[in-house]
Amino acid sequence: MLVSRLSRIGVQTVKQLARGMCTSLCRTGFLQTPYSQCRQPWFELHTDPKAFQGTLFQKHYLFSSTASGSDIGDGSERKEMISVTFVDKDGEEKHIKVPIGMSMLEAAHEHDIELEGACEGSLACSTCHVIVMDVECYNKLEDPTDEENDMLDLAFGLTETSRLGCQVIAKPELDGIRLAIPAATRNFAVDGYVPKPH
Amino acid sequence: MYPARTWLSRSFSNISSHPLRVCVVGSGPAGFYTAEKMLKAHQGAEVDIIDRLLTPFGLVRSGVAPDHPETKIVINQFTRVVQHERCSFFGNVTLGSSISLAELRELYHVVVLAYGAESDRDLGIPGEDLSGIHSAREFVWWYNGHPDGKNLNPDLKSTDTAIILGQGNVALDVARILLRPTTELATTDIASHALAALNQSSIRKVYLVGRRGPVQAACTAKELREVLGIKDLYIHIKEVDLLKSSEDEEVLKNNRIQRRVYELLSKAATSGNSHSSSGQGELHFVFFRKPACFLDSGTGHVAGVHFEKTVLKGVGPGKQVAVGTGKFEDLDCGMVLKSIGYKSVPVDGLPFDHQKGVVPNASGRVLTDALGDQTLLEKGLYVCGWLKRGPTGIIATNLYCAKETVASISQDLEQGTLAAVTSLPKPGREGLLQLLDDRNVRIVPFSGWEKIDSEERRLGSLRNKPREKLTTWEDLLKVGTE
Ligand SMILES: Cc1cc2nc3c(=O)[nH]c(=O)nc-3n(C[C@H](O)[C@H](O)[C@H](O)COP(=O)(O)OP(=O)(O)OC[C@H]3O[C@@H](n4cnc5c(N)ncnc54)[C@H](O)[C@@H]3O)c2cc1C
Ligand SMILES: NC(=O)c1ccc[n+]([C@@H]2O[C@H](COP(=O)([O-])OP(=O)(O)OC[C@H]3O[C@@H](n4cnc5c(N)ncnc54)[C@H](OP(=O)(O)O)[C@@H]3O)[C@@H](O)[C@H]2O)c1
Ligand code: FES
Repeated sequence: MLVSRLSRIGVQTVKQLARGMCTSLCRTGFLQTPYSQCRQPWFELHTDPKAFQGTLFQKHYLFSSTASGSDIGDGSERKEMISVTFVDKDGEEKHIKVPIGMSMLEAAHEHDIELEGACEGSLACSTCHVIVMDVECYNKLEDPTDEENDMLDLAFGLTETSRLGCQVIAKPELDGIRLAIPAATRNFAVDGYVPKPH
Repeated sequence: MYPARTWLSRSFSNISSHPLRVCVVGSGPAGFYTAEKMLKAHQGAEVDIIDRLLTPFGLVRSGVAPDHPETKIVINQFTRVVQHERCSFFGNVTLGSSISLAELRELYHVVVLAYGAESDRDLGIPGEDLSGIHSAREFVWWYNGHPDGKNLNPDLKSTDTAIILGQGNVALDVARILLRPTTELATTDIASHALAALNQSSIRKVYLVGRRGPVQAACTAKELREVLGIKDLYIHIKEVDLLKSSEDEEVLKNNRIQRRVYELLSKAATSGNSHSSSGQGELHFVFFRKPACFLDSGTGHVAGVHFEKTVLKGVGPGKQVAVGTGKFEDLDCGMVLKSIGYKSVPVDGLPFDHQKGVVPNASGRVLTDALGDQTLLEKGLYVCGWLKRGPTGIIATNLYCAKETVASISQDLEQGTLAAVTSLPKPGREGLLQLLDDRNVRIVPFSGWEKIDSEERRLGSLRNKPREKLTTWEDLLKVGTE
């Protein structure tokens, strides 16, 4: 009944689209199934990828394909990796291996770590803010550019060792780096808990 | 990408036979972040987003400057939110005229208002309605192709001087659009009517006027660096304005943003030429001036602004306000853009704090009493974004704001405060569509926006622009519903 009503006013297409999308994305349990089992990038499955291009399509495309398609753990092509630990707002740790040259934002997304990245790494949002947990490691990073500092100005919960996750690129010296994902500001409650399904 | 991965992961879940029906009003960052967090936190929630426009994304489309394409990339993330099977978007639906708040609350268990701030603060001084004076909001809508902004037609040809009141980021955006070479704007998604008008603009000289000093400037370093970096622009800042009081020193010590803004301004004041060359664009930062009245050219058009000089007065730690000195100064101009802040508008039946221009709320729960009594709550009614906090903050601020509102909703569901509302099934989407259909409101779903989107990109590709925005209701409706 719902469907007939919807189709009458032309909503059907969007629903079909949505359904198609969800089927192909087939994401099963969060953090349970290795994402490699179902990691086709969504844009490839869409009939008209053009309709979903970002303003900077080129950039977005590259970003998405790295984020969803690189072959971590595939023995033959294994690149040099470093160990990185992400510590989330509840203090939970996640240890991952990150290939040299990859940004911490991409690495987080490869591993379903909840780090926002509203501008997809184009240095225009500050949502990928991370805190480098030990100063020694922080000092091994190149100094932030003016542009990164401009965005860090606006990051929530800024600290002395804050950086933007999309600007921290894995290199051998950073092996063992620990990055904290800041909790929201004191003013804003954190959505840490998931209530029982309704 | 992670958002798709994390929450689409749960999307196969059961839409139970009694889904939690949620309606989000407004499809800007606050609305989309709310929808994203609700879908993620509540497997049984079905979330409908309505907007009065046919195009989603709020100020990301109609506020963010055309030369800031990177900022708009967040649209990708928002698009993935609507594509969730439990989420829908219905454009062309206006709260207050297509449907009332009371009706919406009947249809849904939870209503989250995130409809932003679509009006302007007033100065309340004589001459404010002279022609040639516009609010920055209207001007921004005009250059960004908002369908309600097309008819502004600001006259950029009869004067060489514009005064912008206010020194926030919006003021800087507007100054940059007026002064940036149009060859650089031509490859952005700026509305074609605006590009044509700017091409013929005779405005060369722009004043950015603040009532307080450079230490208190409301803009941020990124925007400031950008406007200071405009090619071949003469920048003028009076060095005496840069003198700091001990209170100022204290502010700068404790505030990284102000410190970096102040440094940029001081650097700009001392570098560069002391005079402009002929024909060169000029940007003047004017501090310690508050508008007292507007000057009439004699024909009902603005001819200048009468300013009162100010000094700062401490009213609390780190807080200094501008007070008049009784000394005045005039600046001539042919156009004024007031960029002193946006203001939200109430709808029928909604508690509203007219003084602050926000909906009274406790962590996003709407309070019945505009005076802020925390005990009287409007059951099932929540608020997020500029309507909740007032018209400040960047896109990311709305993410934290949405987390807070969704945490309140979750808590109310868990603790049973919403039990009376949620124990019975509600008609939700089906009921909404029925009601709008009965009223002959022509809703435009997300697929309608996708048609508009591809048409705009197609038109844009013909002109080497990322998109050519459709700027009239007729065109948008035609393409969106074909
Ligand atoms: C000119 C300008 C430039 C900006 N640039 C940047 C920037 O570069 N970077 C950055 O981070 N932030 C920027 N911001 C700030 C950012 O845009 C805001 O923080 C954010 O958009 C606020 O989100 P919102 O969802 O509360 O409101 P909005 O984005 O305004 O969304 C409100 C939505 O509600 C809809 N609506 C209104 N009334 C009704 C109704 N009665 N019924 C149904 N729907 C309705 C509107 O059509 C709109 O889609 C800018 C703001 C402005 C004004
Ligand atoms: N690129 C970006 O990140 C970007 C771009 C645009 C907008 N935004 C954000 O959007 C929000 C809104 O920006 P906005 O510029 O509209 O607001 P804003 O930052 O609050 O600035 C308002 C300006 O108006 C002045 N003002 C207010 N009332 C006045 C009065 N009665 N008389 C004279 N001056 C008055 C303020 O001066 P006082 O300080 O003295 O009150 C201030 O200079 C901001 O948070 C901004 O950062 C971000
Ligand atoms: S993802 Fe936007 S700044 Fe890093």
